[in-house]
Amino acid sequence: MIGNYVPHGVEYIRILPEILLCIFGILIMVLEAVTAEGQKRMLGVLALVGIVVAFAANLYAYTVPGQAFQNVITIDAFATFFRGLVLVVGLLCVFASLGYLRRQHAESGEYYSLILFSLIGQCILSTANELIMVFIGLEISSIATYVLAGYFRDDRRNNEAALKYFLLGSFATAFLLYGIAWCYGLTGSTNLNEIHRVISDPGLRPPVVLTGIAAALILIGLLFKVSAAPFQIWAPDVYQGAASPVTAFLSAGPKAAAFAVLLRIFMTGFGSFSFRWAPLLWSIALLTMIIGNFAALTQSNVKRLMAYSSIAHAGYILVAITADSQLGIAAVMFYLAAYALMNIGAFVVIGHVAAKNERYVRIEDLAGLAKRQPATAALFALFVFSLIGVPLTGGFFAKFYVFRAALEAHLVWLTVLGLATSAVAAFYYLKIVVAMYMKEPGESMADLAPLSSGTRVAVWAAALGTLILGIFPSVLLPFLSYSASMLGRQ
Amino acid sequence: MHHVPLSWYLILSAILFALGIAGFIYRKNIITVFMSIELMLNAVNLSFVAFAYQLRQVDGQIYAFFVMVVAAAEAAVGLAIILTVFKNRKTLQIDEIDSMKL
Repeated sequence: MIGNYVPHGVEYIRILPEILLCIFGILIMVLEAVTAEGQKRMLGVLALVGIVVAFAANLYAYTVPGQAFQNVITIDAFATFFRGLVLVVGLLCVFASLGYLRRQHAESGEYYSLILFSLIGQCILSTANELIMVFIGLEISSIATYVLAGYFRDDRRNNEAALKYFLLGSFATAFLLYGIAWCYGLTGSTNLNEIHRVISDPGLRPPVVLTGIAAALILIGLLFKVSAAPFQIWAPDVYQGAASPVTAFLSAGPKAAAFAVLLRIFMTGFGSFSFRWAPLLWSIALLTMIIGNFAALTQSNVKRLMAYSSIAHAGYILVAITADSQLGIAAVMFYLAAYALMNIGAFVVIGHVAAKNERYVRIEDLAGLAKRQPATAALFALFVFSLIGVPLTGGFFAKFYVFRAALEAHLVWLTVLGLATSAVAAFYYLKIVVAMYMKEPGESMADLAPLSSGTRVAVWAAALGTLILGIFPSVLLPFLSYSASMLGRQ
Repeated sequence: MHHVPLSWYLILSAILFALGIAGFIYRKNIITVFMSIELMLNAVNLSFVAFAYQLRQVDGQIYAFFVMVVAAAEAAVGLAIILTVFKNRKTLQIDEIDSMKL
């Protein structure tokens, strides 16, 4: 099967973003050794350049859609969207990190190259059309983020976050891999199109129970990565312990890539199985929304609160996946875009207020932000309203499309219960707004530094994106429905 | 000449995988927990190789190499993380690493 295969030039164009990220990542690591202590910021700028170039290459690659390298990757509208999304996430997080790392006196090249390496993994995940490729992409992304989570190696919370992320992440990967092994054994292939062909052919079809077990093992591995219940236990500790820009990155990038791969595997590979896993996904989506939203109610640490909130958001996305329709896929994509922007924005502001060594991370520490820095407070409020799902923000249309897809798939109860939990969510989100606008400034505000330029770019860009998605959702929608239609058709 | 049937390999692999899960959940030492994960990965490798032999394909054996390479990279990062944890806390008991509970 491998034989004397020679790739065409056009196949390299299809993976150009990954190649460029790789070159920039290695370049930064090499330059790190020869860069003077005060100049490390330039490495961050180089990372920004790398991501922008990769984004351009992503658009260029879309001019020659198709499969590459013996069909292990597919470039279509769906892959292009997710590759673009993770690159935007990377860009915003590098901007935010420029200011954050300078404040902590911890600028270094390896931080930026690790972000680039993680992005490579997420790009591979977005384009993978083959299960071993999924595994490799997941590990490239994860191993880099394990290190990022523990970047401040003398900080006990960072250590703990890295340890938990690493142990539970590898545990989940083992499940995914075991599922892949069974899939390979049953169908004789790890290519998704081939798997689809074998399991939908009555003559070749392997035993349904075993195929179901293989699919379930893969699903467990991916649900871990997207922090869906009952596999969400790692998320609060990791999100709370890691540095804020890293948390922003973890909560948006790997999650988007994992959802992309989940859709790809279960729509392309196991498409004919969808009626079997629908009840399972139904209960997981509901459980995730309930656990996320109710656990968030009692939190006093704002990072931990946001961690539970992002669990809840994974639940909403799973609702759209349960709908199992083109509308549902488009809703997932829209939700992930809106979620990435608002969540990164919120975490960047949290990291800004937290000051050196992240001392101020309780909700009370946000008190009086509106008096000291009205613009920052207003932007944070915008992100919070978007997370609630208030109209004119991206979060509103995201929820709207998700629940509309659910209703069209006749998931009435899931919609009702989902909306009920999102009403609960308004309580804890509003606690943040109340603290910012109605409480007197405390000790944390005395230490508040002005917004650094990198952080400012990240926050404003995220806010602008949130507003654009909220006011003109039609800029994305036609492309999303087109991508969704590509995914189902093989 | 006698062949060991495929199912024996698969059952052995499933037992090893289950032992890995049990070790991950019940062991208290971080190093042992990490070893349990490695056990799970090697159980998967056994499945890959057994399936490859059964299917008369070389692919599965190549996948086992992929898994080994990735596991090695993971071990490098993982042991480094465990080392920093030990330096800061002077303990490897997983129950004592809980500074972020409510």
